[in-house]
Amino acid sequence: MSNNNKNYTLMDAKKAEEIVRSNVKKRRRKDIVLKSIGQFAIFVALSFLVFLFVSIFAKGIPGFFQHYVTLEVNLDQKRLDPKGDLSPDSLYSGDARKLVLEALYKEINPKGRKQKKAAKKILSSNAEIRVAQMVLENPSLLGKTIPITFALDDDIDSFLRGYIKRDTPESDRRINNTVIKFVDVLVEKKLVNYKFSDYILSGSASRSPEIAGVKGALIGSILTLFVCFILSFPIGVATAIYLEGFAAKNRITEIIEININNLAAVPSVVFGILGLAIFIGVFGMPRSIPLVGGMVLGIMTLPTIIISSRAAISAVPPSILDAAYGVGASKLQTMFHHVIPLAIPGMLTGTIIGMARALGETAPLLMIGMVAFIVDIPNSIQEPATVLPVQIFMWADFAERMFVNKTSSATIILLVFLILMNGVAIFLRNKLERRW
Amino acid sequence: MLNRIIISLVAFIFSTNISLARDYISIAGSSTVLPFATIIAEKFGKNPSFKTPVVESGGSSVGKKNVCEGVGVKYIDIGNASSRMKPKELEFCNKNGVKLTEIKVGYDGIVVANSKKGILLKISKSDLGKALTAKIPQNGKWIDNPYKNWNEINPSLPNLPIRVYGPPTTSGTRASFVELVNQKGYCAKDKDAKAASLGRGDKKGKKCRAMRTDGAFIEAGEQDNLIVQKLNEDPNAYGIFGFSYLDQNSDTIQGAEISDTAPTFENIASNNYSVSRALYIYVKHQHIGVIPGLKKFLENWKLNWSEDGILSDAGMIPMSETEREKYAKAIEELPVLTADILKK
Repeated sequence: MSNNNKNYTLMDAKKAEEIVRSNVKKRRRKDIVLKSIGQFAIFVALSFLVFLFVSIFAKGIPGFFQHYVTLEVNLDQKRLDPKGDLSPDSLYSGDARKLVLEALYKEINPKGRKQKKAAKKILSSNAEIRVAQMVLENPSLLGKTIPITFALDDDIDSFLRGYIKRDTPESDRRINNTVIKFVDVLVEKKLVNYKFSDYILSGSASRSPEIAGVKGALIGSILTLFVCFILSFPIGVATAIYLEGFAAKNRITEIIEININNLAAVPSVVFGILGLAIFIGVFGMPRSIPLVGGMVLGIMTLPTIIISSRAAISAVPPSILDAAYGVGASKLQTMFHHVIPLAIPGMLTGTIIGMARALGETAPLLMIGMVAFIVDIPNSIQEPATVLPVQIFMWADFAERMFVNKTSSATIILLVFLILMNGVAIFLRNKLERRW
Repeated sequence: MLNRIIISLVAFIFSTNISLARDYISIAGSSTVLPFATIIAEKFGKNPSFKTPVVESGGSSVGKKNVCEGVGVKYIDIGNASSRMKPKELEFCNKNGVKLTEIKVGYDGIVVANSKKGILLKISKSDLGKALTAKIPQNGKWIDNPYKNWNEINPSLPNLPIRVYGPPTTSGTRASFVELVNQKGYCAKDKDAKAASLGRGDKKGKKCRAMRTDGAFIEAGEQDNLIVQKLNEDPNAYGIFGFSYLDQNSDTIQGAEISDTAPTFENIASNNYSVSRALYIYVKHQHIGVIPGLKKFLENWKLNWSEDGILSDAGMIPMSETEREKYAKAIEELPVLTADILKK
C-alpha cells in the first residue's frame, strides 16, 4: 500500500486521472463481457431445459388421455360364470369376450366372418378382464344389461388422434378400410369419447399400450427406495457420527475417509456387479426383487449420505460443543442432545438428494435383473418388481407407436416424484434449520 | 426412543424371512424375441393361478449364456435367442450340468429400411454385403472398404453416401445379418471375394462378418425404435432392424428389396425373402416341475404361434405347419439338446 501511495504522489495528478479513466472503460467492458458470458450460459442451459420440458409435455400430456367406447353389455350369469361359484378362476374362464363382442356387433352390424374379424380389432384385448373384474367386485351386476366403458385398441386410438392418416394407402396402414368404417359408425353414434386414461396410473406394464400403466413401476420404486433408506440412512449417519465425533485422527481414519470419497465417484454400474456377485451369487437371493435392488442402491448412496452428514455435523458451531462439555455432558449426551438435532436438516437433505439419485438409476439394476418386463404389481420387497426409469426405458423400445406418448407420460410422473422428494428436502431444511 | 427405533429396525430386518423359493418364471435374452415373449408372458399371467413371468432383455448372447450358468432358482429358466446356439455355447452348458431343450418359435425378417421420403433401395445381397463389410479384396489384397456412395458399388444404386444404422455386436439381429449378408451373400458368392477368401484360408468367408467402422455403418444400440426415429429425420440414411418395426411403421418407412424380393409378411413366411432368421427359446430341463407353470408357459407359445395368432399380429413370422408340429412335439417330449442336434 505504501508503495502505491508513493507512486501517486510522484505522478502528475492529471496523468493519473487519465490512466484511471482509460482503465475504467476497459475494466467496465471486461465486466460486461463476463456478465454476458454468464447470461449466455444461463440462457443456453434454460433453453435446453425449456426444449426438454416442451417436448416431454407436448408428447406426454396426450399420453394421459385415451379414447374409450361405451357399450351396453348383457352380463349373462351363465356365460360369465360357468362354474357358478363366482371364483376368479371361473370368471376368467367364462365367456366375457364374446359378450363384449356381441355388444359391439349390435352397434356396428358386421356381416360375415371377415367383417367380424375386423370388428374384433377395435376393442382392447383387456375388455374381458374389465368385465370379469367388475363382476368380481360387484356380483349383483350379474344378469343385468349395463353400459360399460372399454379402452379402444392402440391402433384405433392413434387413428382417432390423427397419427394414422385416412388418406394413406390402405396397404400401408395398420388398420384397413373396414375397421375405419366401423370406427366412423361408433363416432357417429357418439359412443366414443376421449378422456383421462384410467390405466396410466393404475395399470401395470403391458404390451398393449392402451392398458399399460406405471403403477407396478411406481410401487417398485417406492419399495426399492424404502429398502435403500432403511439400509443407508442409519449406517451413513452412524459412520458420520463416529468419524466426526469419536475417531482419532490417524492413518486408518484417513484411509477410510479417502475411500469414502472415492466411493462417491464410482460409476453406479459397478455397484450392480457387486450386488450380482454378493447378494445373488453368495447369498443366493432371487433376481429382480426390490430387496436386492434397494440394497445395491443403498450401498451406492452411502458415500453421499456420509459426506453430507459429516459436513452437517462439522458445521455445528464448536461453542455449542464447548458449552455442553462445560456443563459436564458426556460425548454421547453432547452428540444426541446438541449436535444431531442441529445437524439433522443437513443430514436429511443429503439423504434425500442421494435417494433422488437412486430413484433415477437403471444401470446397477440391469445387473440384478430389475430391468425387465414385469406385469404383476409387487406386494412386498421379495416379489419381482421394476422401477420407473426402467419402465420408461422399456416403453421407449417397444415397437407400438402409442408407447411414444406413454414414455413421455411416465417421464412426467418420474419428474413429479423427483420434485416431490426435493420439495420434502427443502421443507425439512427450512423447518428444522436454525441460524445463528 | 432411539433404542426402540433400533430394536424395531433389527426386528424388521430379521422378520423379513428371505424366502429362496421362486414362484415365477424368469426369462432373459434377445431383444428381438422380447416383444413376443412378453406378449406370451402377459397372456399367461392373466390366468390367476400363475404369476406373470419376468422377461429381461440383454441380447441373444446374454440369453444363451445366462441360461447355461447353472441349475437353481438364482439362474433363469428360459434363454431367448435370435441366433441358434453354437456348439461352443452348448459346451458351457454341459460344463455347468445344464440340460436344455431347444424350441423354435418362429421367424423374424431382417429389413434394411429407410424413410418413405427417401429412395427405395433395390439391391442384391452381394452388393449389400460389399457396401457394409469391413474389408474387400482388391488385386488379391484385402483393403479397407473404399466405397463412399452406393452407386460406386453398382451404378443402378442411388447416388447417396452409404449411411446405415444397425444394432451392436451383442445383438442376434446383427449376428444373423453379418452371417447371411456379409458372409453368405457376399464373400461366399462374389467371385473375387470368394477367391480372395480361399487365399487367406477362410473357406466359408467368416472373416467377412466384421462390419465397417469408418462411419458408413453406425451402431445405434439395442433400441430399434431409435433407429426408426433416426430414419424419419434423415431420409438418406438406412437402418437394419427386425421386421416387426417395419410392420408397425409401414406408413412412414419402407423396406429395401433385397435380391428383388420385398420384405413382406408373405415373402418372409414363404422363405422367398432370404435375410431372415429363426427365433429360439432354450428351456432348462431341470427347472421343469420346480418352477410352477413352466411347462404351461411353453404350451402358451404353442397356442399362439400360428398365422392367425397374436404373435403374428405383433410382427412375428410363423413357422410352416410341419415345423410347428415338430416343435409342438418338442414341447411335449422335451428332448435334451445335444451337439448332434445343433449340427443338423
